[in-house]
Amino acid sequence: MTALSLKDLSISYGDTRITHGVNIDIAEGESFALVGESGSGKSTVLKAIAGLAPQWAGSISAFGKPRSHGIDGHFARACQMVFQDPYGSLHPRKTVDATLTEPLAIHGVGDRNARVETAMTSVGLDRKFRFRFPHQLSGGQRQRVAIARALVLQPKILLLDEPTSALDVSVQAEILNLLKRLRREQNLTFLMVTHNLPVVSFLCDRVAVMRHGRIVEIADVAALKKGELQDPYSRELIELSADHAD
Amino acid sequence: MSKPLLEIENLRVTFPTPRGDLDVVRGISFALGRERLGIVGESGSGKSMTGRSILKLIRAPGRVSADRLSFDGIDLRELSERRMRAIRGARISMVMQDPKFSLNPVMTIGEQIAEALLTHKRLPRREVSQRVLAMLESVRIADPERVAKLYPHEVSGGMGQRVMIAMMLIPEPDLLIADEPTSALDVSVQGQVLDIIDEQIRRKGMGLIFISHDLNLVSSYCDRILVMNTGEIVEECRAGELHNATHPYTRGLIASIPRLDENRDELPVLDRSAWAAK
Repeated sequence: MTALSLKDLSISYGDTRITHGVNIDIAEGESFALVGESGSGKSTVLKAIAGLAPQWAGSISAFGKPRSHGIDGHFARACQMVFQDPYGSLHPRKTVDATLTEPLAIHGVGDRNARVETAMTSVGLDRKFRFRFPHQLSGGQRQRVAIARALVLQPKILLLDEPTSALDVSVQAEILNLLKRLRREQNLTFLMVTHNLPVVSFLCDRVAVMRHGRIVEIADVAALKKGELQDPYSRELIELSADHAD
Repeated sequence: MSKPLLEIENLRVTFPTPRGDLDVVRGISFALGRERLGIVGESGSGKSMTGRSILKLIRAPGRVSADRLSFDGIDLRELSERRMRAIRGARISMVMQDPKFSLNPVMTIGEQIAEALLTHKRLPRREVSQRVLAMLESVRIADPERVAKLYPHEVSGGMGQRVMIAMMLIPEPDLLIADEPTSALDVSVQGQVLDIIDEQIRRKGMGLIFISHDLNLVSSYCDRILVMNTGEIVEECRAGELHNATHPYTRGLIASIPRLDENRDELPVLDRSAWAAK
């Protein structure tokens, strides 16, 4: 079944058109990556799906149900986002508990205490962190809180915007392992934006390469691993990554 | 190796805390010739503090002490703040991490680069503007006249970083310290910026200290690598031999980086107890 489907999605900020007719279909349980350089429009796609860039045309639907242009509670239940920088995405004056309870309160979900505890356990955060503030946590722990915040509503789809680029490599490995495990355990569907191709190799099944607001190529990650992407721009991206690897 | 440009012995950087003094750099020693030296480590390993202490940029209450801290025969420990200012920029300069925060937002790019030059030399105005434009061109800015008139917010991150490199290199220093010069940039621009640094270093025969948390990047751009962990140098090797590293910390770091042809089901995570016991 198709979990997330984008048809002819064109997003604008004011008079500037950012993406031009993006089409993506992501199957349930699949992990899909969107790569490209800064300004290619990859993060904007995620923002439109999450409702943070309301000026779009085309269609966005999750499990066959289209998303409205305004605030869409049903859509939000199915689809949650993890942001790039855990130093910026958590409210500095809210404890972990308050951060995790808020989405439950917004959606009027009961049994909050147990759900917060489950979410914390599933991301490997000890109970002792529950009443701490973000500044009392390390970068990796904060990103775990951000992931728990997204998972507490038990969504089916996670939107990941460069989830590890603000972290050290050793911490990045922990978070990547965590995401992989969560996806397996909860049968989640991922749409991840990144410019780090090795992370795509580790975590994803398929990859779309974006440039100037258009998708230039969609390929299996197996092709990426072998360096067999077709489009010249995709090949250029692979070469840049390979340069740093040796 | 050529005659050492920089010699450091038993460098310590200490910060007072309510629970007593904390050493963030714990007695490290190294020497640098006209070569490219990489310092890698995680956040909090003391790598940036090492770079800053060479320029004596550690603010109170932080303290720097060393048995030897000499640059080109000059003992940096004894220098007055005034004489230190003559060295900063002119002989040793530093490229910071993020051009958004390190460039002056209310000065045009041309003025800022000229300021870096005029702080150390008196030159006729015409020659200054010529040298600024030539410098911008050498960091591969295609249209230097136009860019010199722009303000920092009007250029992209990659261009901002090239402007900063131009500013740091125009007084022709002998040693460049680059502290995570590319971590705020895209992969596609990263390579370009590093190539520019590399080209300038080679052409002028300078020394480079390249501080980064990215092992792969450092090993492809440097001759020699120091790996730091909790304020100490745990490993020193030639860049090409990084993969034969012996210290468990270095090996752990290398293993935790995903590769382009990644087939591992799970990435190994650093087991900090493995070397903490030693």
